[in-house]
Amino acid sequence: MAYSDKVRGAYQEQLKALQDGGIFKIERYIHSVQDAEIEVEFPPGAPLKKVINICANNYLGLSSHPDVVKAAHEGLDARGYGMSSVRFICGTQDIHKELERKITEFLGTEDTILFPSCMDANAGVFEAILNEQDVMISDRLVHASLIDGIRLCKAMTDSFKHSDMAHLEEKLQLHSDKRHKLVITDGVYSMDGDTAKLDEMVALCEKYDAMLLVDDSHASGFIGKTGRGTHEKYGVVGKIDVITTTFGKGLGGASGGCVSGRKELVELCRQKARPYLFSNTIAPPVVAGVIKVLDILSKTTERRDKLETNANWWRKSLTEAGFILQPGDTPIVPVMLFNAKLSQDFARDLFEEGVYAIGFFFPVVPQGKARIRTQISAAHEMHHLEKALDAFIKVGKKYDILGKTKNEVTAMYGA
Amino acid sequence: MEEIRDVVLEYVKKEYMEDQDEELTYDTALISGGYVDSFSMVSLKRFLETKYKISLPDDKATPQAFDTVNNIVKLVQEFLNK
Repeated sequence: MAYSDKVRGAYQEQLKALQDGGIFKIERYIHSVQDAEIEVEFPPGAPLKKVINICANNYLGLSSHPDVVKAAHEGLDARGYGMSSVRFICGTQDIHKELERKITEFLGTEDTILFPSCMDANAGVFEAILNEQDVMISDRLVHASLIDGIRLCKAMTDSFKHSDMAHLEEKLQLHSDKRHKLVITDGVYSMDGDTAKLDEMVALCEKYDAMLLVDDSHASGFIGKTGRGTHEKYGVVGKIDVITTTFGKGLGGASGGCVSGRKELVELCRQKARPYLFSNTIAPPVVAGVIKVLDILSKTTERRDKLETNANWWRKSLTEAGFILQPGDTPIVPVMLFNAKLSQDFARDLFEEGVYAIGFFFPVVPQGKARIRTQISAAHEMHHLEKALDAFIKVGKKYDILGKTKNEVTAMYGA
Repeated sequence: MEEIRDVVLEYVKKEYMEDQDEELTYDTALISGGYVDSFSMVSLKRFLETKYKISLPDDKATPQAFDTVNNIVKLVQEFLNK
C-alpha cells in the first residue's frame, strides 16, 4: 500500500493546520432549490432551518425559474443527457451553436466559444492567443481564475495597482516594445463590488495599441441599462476584444462559461485552448436552460430593473442604519467589519436570526478588511430584504457598531 | 551601495505599496511576504536594467534573488562589476 501511515499523517497535519489557522471551509447543506429563501442543514445533522439567502450569485433569480427549468427538461428530452465526446470529435450539437450565436448577439461581440466553466475559459484563453513575444498586464485584484490562466501562458506578465489608470498607462509605455499587449481586468470586482473603468481602459488600449480582456462574470445579465454587462454601463460595447463570462451566476446559475470577442481570437481558442479541446462542453439540458435565460433577458429588462431597485434600497437602508459599506453601485454590497473574528461572529448571529450570509477575511480579502459580503437578487421580495435588514440591525446593536467609524470599530475589536 | 539600496527601496515603495506609510526595510520579504506579486517582478527587473544599464538573465532574476532589497542590490552589483 503506497498510502502509508506516514503519508496519511502528513496530510492530516496539513488539514489540521487549516483548522488551527481558522481557514478550514465548512459547507452548509441546502435541502431546497436555490432561491431567496432556502432550507439549510447546518451544522451537519442539525434540523433544517429556513433562512433568507443573501450570499448567492443568483442575481437575476433565474436559478429555479419555472421557464428555465421547463426549457432544461425539454432540452434533456430533445438532445439527451450528455455528449460523451469533446466538441471537435462528436460533441457539438445544433443547440451549442445556437447558444454561441445568442451570446454573441447578447454581448455585442463578433463570435463566441463555449467552455465547461468560466474558470476553464480563463485557464485556456491566454495560452491560446499569446506567446513569448507578448505581455499580459493585469489589475492586481483580478479573479483567481484569471491568475491561473495567466500563469499557464508563456507571455511576459506585469500588473497595475487596482483601478489605477495612471499606473496602467506607465505599464503600457514600459512594454511598448512587445508584439501584442493584453490588459486584463474583472468587469465587477466580486469582493468589493466596484466596477472597472472600462471607458478609460478602452481609451488607453487604443492609445497604446493594446487589447483588452474583461471577465464579466459578476455583470453579465444585469449591469448596464439592458443587462449586457460592464461594457454597456461604460458605453464601450463592441470595443472589448475579449469578454469571458459564466452561466453559473446571473445567467441561470447552473454551469458553463465562454470566451466572446474578436472572431480570430475565438477561432484560436477553438483550435488551441486546452480546456476546450480536452473536456466535454456544457451538457444539453444546461445549454437549453441558458438559451431560455437569454430569451427572457432579451425580451424584457424587468428582472435587472428589479435587481437594481432592490440593491439600491438595500445599500441605502444599511447606510441609514449606521453600517459602513464598501462604496459601489452593483448588487454586491460588502458590510465592513474589519476584524476577522467579528465577521465570523456576526455571520453566525445572522444565521440564528434567519439570514444566511458569509464573513470574509484574510487571505480572501486584505488584512484588516474583514466583511460580510451581501449579494442582492431579483428573487428577493421587499419582505425578505426588510427581514434581513432587521436581523442586521439587531446583530449590529449587539456588537455596538451602528453609527461607529472604522477607527471606533477597530478600537473595540481590533483590525 | 547605499545609493542603490535607497533607489531600489524607493522604487519598491512607489510601485508596490498600497499604504505608503507602511514600514519597509532593506530586509523585508517582498515576494514571500506578499508585497510584490510574482506577475510584476518583471517591472522591477526592467527598472533595474534601464537604471543601471545592465542585463539580468531570466535564470538569475528569481523570486529568491528579488525577495529583499538587500538581495536585489547584491544581484545588481554582481552585474555592474561584470
